[in-house]
Amino acid sequence: MSGATILVRPLTPVPESGNYLTAGRTIWSWLTSTDHKRIAILYAISITVFFFIGAAAIAVIRFELLTPTGQYISDDTYNKLFTLHGVVMVWFFLIPSIPNTFGNFLLPLMIGAPDVAFPRLNLFSWYLNIAGGLFTLYAVIAGGVDTGWTFYTPFSTMFSNSHVLAAAAGVFVAGFSSIATGVNFIATIHMLRTEGMSWMRLPLFVWSLYATSLVLILATPVLAVTLLLIVAERWLGLPIFDPAHGGDPLLFQHLFWFYSHPAVYIMILPAMGVVTEVITCFARRRVFGYDFMVYALVAIAGIGFFVWGHHMFVSGQSPYASLVFSFLSFVVAVPSAIKVFNWTATLYRGSVSFEAPMLYALGFIGLFAIGGSTGLFLASIPVDIQVHDTYFVIAHFHYIMVGGSVSAFFAALHYWWPKITGKLYDEAWARFAAILMFFGFNFTFFPQFVLGYLGNPRRYHVYPPQFQVFHVMSSTGASVLAAAYLLPPIYLIWSMRWGRAAGDNPWGATGLEWRTSSPPPLHNFLNPPKVEQQPYAYHPEGRGPVPGSRTPYRTQDQPS
Amino acid sequence: MSEAAGALREPWHSLSRQREAAAFGIWLFLASELLFFGGMLLCYAVCRYSHPQGFLEAARQTNIVFGTVNTLTLLTSSFCMAIASESGKSGLRRLAIGGLAGTLMLGFVFLVIKGLEYRDDISQHLVPGAGFALPQLGAQLFFSLYWMMTGVHALHLTVGMIIIARLVLVGIRRELPLTSPEIQVTALYWHLVDIIWIILYPLLYLGGRA
Repeated sequence: MSGATILVRPLTPVPESGNYLTAGRTIWSWLTSTDHKRIAILYAISITVFFFIGAAAIAVIRFELLTPTGQYISDDTYNKLFTLHGVVMVWFFLIPSIPNTFGNFLLPLMIGAPDVAFPRLNLFSWYLNIAGGLFTLYAVIAGGVDTGWTFYTPFSTMFSNSHVLAAAAGVFVAGFSSIATGVNFIATIHMLRTEGMSWMRLPLFVWSLYATSLVLILATPVLAVTLLLIVAERWLGLPIFDPAHGGDPLLFQHLFWFYSHPAVYIMILPAMGVVTEVITCFARRRVFGYDFMVYALVAIAGIGFFVWGHHMFVSGQSPYASLVFSFLSFVVAVPSAIKVFNWTATLYRGSVSFEAPMLYALGFIGLFAIGGSTGLFLASIPVDIQVHDTYFVIAHFHYIMVGGSVSAFFAALHYWWPKITGKLYDEAWARFAAILMFFGFNFTFFPQFVLGYLGNPRRYHVYPPQFQVFHVMSSTGASVLAAAYLLPPIYLIWSMRWGRAAGDNPWGATGLEWRTSSPPPLHNFLNPPKVEQQPYAYHPEGRGPVPGSRTPYRTQDQPS
Repeated sequence: MSEAAGALREPWHSLSRQREAAAFGIWLFLASELLFFGGMLLCYAVCRYSHPQGFLEAARQTNIVFGTVNTLTLLTSSFCMAIASESGKSGLRRLAIGGLAGTLMLGFVFLVIKGLEYRDDISQHLVPGAGFALPQLGAQLFFSLYWMMTGVHALHLTVGMIIIARLVLVGIRRELPLTSPEIQVTALYWHLVDIIWIILYPLLYLGGRA
């Protein structure tokens, strides 16, 4: 018996009452909306624009790198393009990507709340993000920035002739957008959980947003003040990191990486949350080791604050500091590995099906495992000295940020698209795009591991001819990857017009977000839902899923 | 109860819950602010460790009279703010508005004194750059941090004053429900600005004077 026929009070409102998409049809109604779902859409649009700006910059670079000599662009332009790519992708795509779109959209729905705790602050944070983006775009249009996304002193404060101030101001402003979002999410999770939604019943995506928000609140201000000091030194002439006055450029690096290493966890933790939701749904199994998944998320966020020094092994910092940072960097791999093992164990004896979100999620596990284990190479000091500042590092963090976060972003996009728009996309095209993305990604970045190991440094416009074969592979892969990124916008927008109606719960998932209509009504639920269950009751405890069945055993609001 | 209804906002169903959330939210923001100033305090610690003599020599040049009077001013303003916050909770409208107005006034006094002090500093060539008064290595670092820390602090104070001025204005026009969490939240922020100053005062004014 599947036990799925238990009757519960309907949470779904009558469809005639309209939904959040039809609540106002003017552009003004979108730009002034404090509805978390609409703000999520605003973010989705703005980060998509930034994503394609950052992608265009790297497309030019990959084209240029087909040949060992610089042919099409000058060295200066090359520096400005990789800086643009880094700044835009990190701060205007990856950091806000999953938290501000899917987090904003789903967090209140998943905990049964009508909205986030501070809806006006939520809208304000989007405007801050846009303001920061405009500063950065101004820096680009005015002539570009050539410091790299890391803004290292003394180059950024004394020697660079590019528009460092505008770019730093842009990132500074966007940082406060991050802080506002973090405050909002944590307050929402603490104060607005519906009746019965105890902490250990929270969906793991919500837990991942909680851990992410902690990092956003505690790390981002340090970046903000560091950029402020850069502006003070460059613009006002106040020496702080300038060695001529006794200042210490390494102090800048410490402050920068105190933010920017935890920032990696801002990018990957929400991705882990997404993948957990998708894996459990398409394996039809309860998440293996729910408690440890929670502890692992919080542990990664916490330990992640104490590993920044592994970016500075060759900087001349104390070898004792390096030793401690190396050890802690190995330690942070433990909770990450726990998550990988638990995803795998969730799949074990599951009734697995391979819809598009699942393909992205499975791709995530593989790519994250490669990205994570090459992170251990870099955490080990002797290996790091060999591959430091080479393409090995580039490949490593792209496996985490693109193979990991971007794959998870697309998993989330496909998994919750029916909820967000009420429409189903074309499954065949979606699977094709997912597979193409996986191959395109590996084709692009795996050769870079080899390149880096052989000694090709990053950020160089020209390279010795013997490396050309790997660069050609990488650039070819990048064009495959670009095609895979261009496909989803086409068939997803197509589905908004011509797609079939999705129904409330097309995947047979258990979470509260699937217990309201698709798209959800303005205030999410007509009656506040009451939670009776663990989040992932896909099958009765002690018995596996029924093969082939797509109905959940109990949704979260159904009593056992 | 009409006042209570006026203070209630989406998505809350009860005012006490809303107040709890507002206080919780501002505490989170204050944690973030502490790390913001923490970055500069770390710079101070590192630079002072590298250049103890230059730092003490530079600290002797700050104007301790202005600094001390400003410390007293700011502490008194926090006292006024606490009165405003508590009387707001108890529904004492006049006292609440009086407390807010007192805070605002003392904040203004602080900024005026700070301005006089800045003028003094500039006339004594204590702005880093060409023509800086002190030859010791590290003295310029001290004054870079002095200008940045007091400047960012003054900026925070100004933001607080704008918020308080608005509260006073809508309070006089009776548009501000006393039960609104806005007063308490503003008070928490104001106290943080005060606490930051209590840390800055010994670091910037008392060094080298023992």
